Amino acid sequence: MTRFLRLVGRDLRLALRQGSDATIAVMFFVLCVVLFPFGVGPEPNILARIAAGVIWVAALLASLLSLERLFQTDYEDGSLELLSLTALPLEAVVLAKTLAHWLVTGVPLIAAAPLLAVLLNMDAAGFGVLVLTLAIGTPILSLIGAIGAALTLGARRGGVLLSLLILPLYIPVLIFGAGAIDAAINNLTPRPHLLLLAGIFAAALPLAPWAGAAALRQAVE
Amino acid sequence: MSRPLCTDPTAMPDFAGFALTCLRGDRLVFTGLDFHLAPGGALVLLGPNGSGKSSLLRVMGGLLKPFRGELRWGDARVSDDPDAHRANVQYVGHLDAVKPVLSAAENLAFWAAMAGAADPMARARQALDRLGVPHIADVPGRCLSAGQKRRLNLARLLAAPAPLWLLDEPTVALDRAAIALFEGMIADHRAAGGMVALSTHTDIATPGGTDLHLDRFAPDSGHDDDDFLDEDGEEDAP
Repeated sequence: MTRFLRLVGRDLRLALRQGSDATIAVMFFVLCVVLFPFGVGPEPNILARIAAGVIWVAALLASLLSLERLFQTDYEDGSLELLSLTALPLEAVVLAKTLAHWLVTGVPLIAAAPLLAVLLNMDAAGFGVLVLTLAIGTPILSLIGAIGAALTLGARRGGVLLSLLILPLYIPVLIFGAGAIDAAINNLTPRPHLLLLAGIFAAALPLAPWAGAAALRQAVE
Repeated sequence: MSRPLCTDPTAMPDFAGFALTCLRGDRLVFTGLDFHLAPGGALVLLGPNGSGKSSLLRVMGGLLKPFRGELRWGDARVSDDPDAHRANVQYVGHLDAVKPVLSAAENLAFWAAMAGAADPMARARQALDRLGVPHIADVPGRCLSAGQKRRLNLARLLAAPAPLWLLDEPTVALDRAAIALFEGMIADHRAAGGMVALSTHTDIATPGGTDLHLDRFAPDSGHDDDDFLDEDGEEDAP
């Protein structure tokens, strides 16, 4: 467990000193959402109607942005080989790096989302559920993304391949995430959507590190 | 689990490989290779470029699965519990694994912590002292020279101790003084019952070490694949 936390700590320290990943993800998220009023026009009703979907799609794309580098730098400088030679199982390595990735890129998205919701004139009834869906959903995005990042390791133009591989898998998260917010706004209970989202999280938590570790073993060979 | 090195060499398990065959892509690198490392032993891998020195080291470390053959750590088959075996190994390869934004000591302390050291930072500084570069402790990785990075990697062997050292051309970019220090490190490690396998193109003094010429295990053309397992590979006398 101490090893696990050490690895999370190292990745957080690396991210803080390099400082770019977190800012880029959240800036991209904000800019992406801000583009929509320019595209569809500034009518508050239309914006309020599409707010949930727009914020969720933007969050998806923003979290995809830095995924390519999740294992890339460690792979290129040889750290991944050494990590696979420590007593920490590779599954735990994947989980630790995914957790660090989520803390660096996912949490700022959750923090920025209510602001964007105001910008898009979303009904205030949806704010709480928006934050809640992102809090359950962004870890799923990082976990599923970790599988893709591990699989595309060492491939040329891995980033493009990663998007093609991962975006279809994000669809259920998008459906239930945006669906929960719409339900809340329309005075329906968001509970079933949230439970399904939590179910996906519960499935991804053990499966993604397992699949990611299998892919990393191939990459290290 | 990181195990403290025993002072009694007889208590350490030995490490051996039998009839190893390595396949990279669709190319057979070596076949029918046997080796044996007793506690305190050293194995020097020799051979021209491409003869499989690096591949053999990676097979020994469990980074690469042998196509055929098996590895034994004491009485246990490595393939039965590969994760346990990996913790026995400290590997220095061609890549330096130095993070540019972390200082040399922080880089090293991380690996010491991953090996289970109680006070990783103190261990890291000690190891850098031992390698004669205490002044680089607070220098960020991006400012280190190739030789300093190499010394940092060798310091990892001390900061994160393991019974088996796998060293892939460890003296590349090292100056003479560092090579002498490094030979001293190997001697101390072996005296404590540790094992070393290294590949090199230069002379590294390993008194009593066994030479393993990899070109002897190069596949002949027209070699029948099914013979490898029954074949009695020639064993190098220790």
